[in-house]
Amino acid sequence: MERLVVIGAGMASGRLLEHLLEADPTAYRVTLFNAEPRGNYNRIMLSPVLSGEKSFAEIVTHDDDWYAAHGVTCRFGERVTGIDRDRKVVIGERGEVPYDRLVFGTGSDPFIIPCPGHDLDGVIAYRDLDDTNRMIDTRPGSRAVVIGGGLLGLEAAAGLRMRGLEVTVLHLAGHLMERQLDPAAGYLLRADLERRGIAVMTQASTRCIRGEGRVEAVELEDGTVLPADLVVMAVGIRPSVALARQSGLVVNKAIAVDAQMRTSDADIFAVGECVEFAGQLFGLVAPLYDQAKVLAATLIGQKAAFAPKQLSTKLKVTGCDLFSAGDFGDGPGREDIVFRDPARGIYKRLVVEDDTLIGAVLYGDTADGNWFFGLIRNGTDISDMRDTLVFGPAYQGGTTADPLAAVAALPADAEICGCNGVCKGRIVEAIEDGATDLGTVRAQTKASASCGTCTGLVEQVLAATLGDAFQMPTAQKVCDCTDLSHEDVRRLIKSRSLKSQTAVWQELGWRTPNGCHVCRPAVNFYLLADWPLDYRDDPQSRFVNERKHANIQKDGTFSVVPRMWGGITTADELRAIADAADKYDVPTVKVTGGQRIDLLGVKGEDLPAIWADLNAAGLVSGHAYSKGLRTVKTCVGTDHCRFGTQDSTGLGIRLEKRLWGSWTPHKVKLAVSGCPRNCAEATCKDVGIVCVDSGFEIGVGGAAGMDVKEVQPLVKVATEDEAVEWTVAFIQLYREHARYLDRPYKWLAKVGLDWVQQTLGDAPERKALVDRFDLSQTIYQTDPWAELAVREKACAFAPIANLTLEAAE
Amino acid sequence: MSWIDIGALEDIPLRGARVVKTAAGCVALFRTDAEEVFATSNSCAHKGGPLSEGIVHGRRVTCPLHNWVWSLETGEAQGADEGRIATYPVRVEAGRILIDDAAIGRRSAA
Repeated sequence: MERLVVIGAGMASGRLLEHLLEADPTAYRVTLFNAEPRGNYNRIMLSPVLSGEKSFAEIVTHDDDWYAAHGVTCRFGERVTGIDRDRKVVIGERGEVPYDRLVFGTGSDPFIIPCPGHDLDGVIAYRDLDDTNRMIDTRPGSRAVVIGGGLLGLEAAAGLRMRGLEVTVLHLAGHLMERQLDPAAGYLLRADLERRGIAVMTQASTRCIRGEGRVEAVELEDGTVLPADLVVMAVGIRPSVALARQSGLVVNKAIAVDAQMRTSDADIFAVGECVEFAGQLFGLVAPLYDQAKVLAATLIGQKAAFAPKQLSTKLKVTGCDLFSAGDFGDGPGREDIVFRDPARGIYKRLVVEDDTLIGAVLYGDTADGNWFFGLIRNGTDISDMRDTLVFGPAYQGGTTADPLAAVAALPADAEICGCNGVCKGRIVEAIEDGATDLGTVRAQTKASASCGTCTGLVEQVLAATLGDAFQMPTAQKVCDCTDLSHEDVRRLIKSRSLKSQTAVWQELGWRTPNGCHVCRPAVNFYLLADWPLDYRDDPQSRFVNERKHANIQKDGTFSVVPRMWGGITTADELRAIADAADKYDVPTVKVTGGQRIDLLGVKGEDLPAIWADLNAAGLVSGHAYSKGLRTVKTCVGTDHCRFGTQDSTGLGIRLEKRLWGSWTPHKVKLAVSGCPRNCAEATCKDVGIVCVDSGFEIGVGGAAGMDVKEVQPLVKVATEDEAVEWTVAFIQLYREHARYLDRPYKWLAKVGLDWVQQTLGDAPERKALVDRFDLSQTIYQTDPWAELAVREKACAFAPIANLTLEAAE
Repeated sequence: MSWIDIGALEDIPLRGARVVKTAAGCVALFRTDAEEVFATSNSCAHKGGPLSEGIVHGRRVTCPLHNWVWSLETGEAQGADEGRIATYPVRVEAGRILIDDAAIGRRSAA
């Protein structure tokens, strides 16, 4: 095995290792150096981390397990101080590593304007996780000045604003993002940012940064002074080439490489932002990935050559959709096709030269971006479709506005995923090989696996290719009241400390005054789950069953199910239930699958009275109607059964007494079986415990409804106390992370059992989850029947007035 | 028109509803987030679901049975569904809810 040393764990080197180890896992023994004390992560997704829309864990591309599984020796947090090319060793701060082949993935450094005061505390760049964390840790209400109104600067500004800072963007040019946008789109972008409360100053040149030890203000050339607690420099990047230069490699603006990514030393290669190829530098992720692919092939002796392609740009600021590609400067012989819809903030400009499209700027509606980009790259003759060109692919060839027509019309080589350079043909190939959902396509092709903005397009390719066999995931957004997804809303409620419905509507820009029947129950749940002490459940944001604490039937009557702990009851309880059934003319009495008794057909106005009667016999609400803990089903365990290994009934009752009354994203059903014969059917429950001689096997994510799922093993524990602790912690984790109306099995499919096991396996974290659950229970573990059966509340169940009586008098 | 007093505004939960029994069937009284009161038939024109049990959002209510959404102002079905429910004149004076006696089908004594 040859020795490969890689310096720098950035996006390009991460992708290189992936390709290399996939193609030939035995070719090299790899050592990976990184000056940052962590491995590869998706650097272009730092902006959603800054804004609080994603967590760092979500953007890690390779974790410790991956490096271990692939035999990569990690030297993170260690700088490389030199390279001895004669002895072929890399000299790290903690020792030398010999190499046969060496790869530079040193990336770039942020460019810091050398104005007076640039080295004050509080002046930072926006490059890595540490910078991001510096910004996240800045107190809301502080004043931030972002120098640079390009992609990175604006993403930083938007993120800081979402964190509650006062933000001013300074930009040297006459309009924002002048390299990607024309002035009109720049104006719309500026207006959008200003609406979010971000101040924008163009043609603003920084003279100096003032402060005593710490930044206090930014002074402009025109004399303006802007007070500042934080200054973010986002004016550009410079290839990081000091080490390469010191090692004697040929370096121009960056490390010179040939089309095989080889430097002037035959055994040394380079990829990413530190590379110069044919006089060109590379800053966007797509060409970096191309380079990684080429280098991986080169390293295992295959033929490949890197060729730069034209690029397109998207801004990752939630709510600002812009896209640009190609050349859109004015010039002789160039013609513009412009579409404006000012009320909706939509602007589209196409630049045509010699009957081909050479540039496109889209603002507000970027759905057709990739199609335009395809026309630009292929130099397609557009003379036949010029009249309708600006309306996008759906309007070509006289077809109707079928949303899928646009994607169906794309040629196989049309690029769908810009980050990973995945074209439609590759996705279709994967689908023809058996992929039927987004996850599989993503795993096999990497399409939509980086910045994710093309997810919708990939889904459309699935839909167009599979036809009816593909069920289009319901739009990512919660409902028509917002463009945010459930995950976004949950994250923002936490990261921005939104503690009331009004705060959510206002801060997250809801389009309706107070939501609708889809979003309001979800938001109500998220608020009460995240802020149990600050927010109180709002019955008017609950579906009827949870507001009436009874299940509505098709004729408008209700069903009443008293709780029977662990499915155990007594003769007295049964007598009280029978009496109630007689007294209130209950037409149907049924035993449920969850070991309870259901009284069906109770009139709404009788509910408080029947509850009061059942309460009097010691019975409380069984929550048979709630997105909350339903039932814990048990077998008789060691009490009576000759096979029982543990007290399954006792454990079931103990769990039910701990968990009842809690609200969850969807209903939660448990069971405890006393032996592997599993009479309580624990293996198809949200949490199912099977007792064995040596302890308790806890399974999670089972279901026996629309989908039938067997539980996945979460953990095996020795004692009943541990079984309770793990169960409570699991349910709290589900409460804190799942989207509303996802049963645990659906949630597990999204986050993965591994993550849940890891999180719960951490004893302090498990304990903290249990504590948070118990805290919430101090508020919510109450019997709603007892609360509502009192006279003042009970009258709400009756008509406000009865005019039929008066009429009869 | 003859207005009769049905009850206090506070008797209806905010963003909630109560029912008035009339000779012509149940009428639902809704109180919106903006403290407006609307009166409509309590019966969803789709499958007769009790609209007073639905979620009230803006000036609309969603039927608890199959999520049909109705405008409380016009009685029109919203979105892709088609249909109409009866609406009745109602007003709030000094915190009391008044509905039009004649409109809900009860003969006035006068």
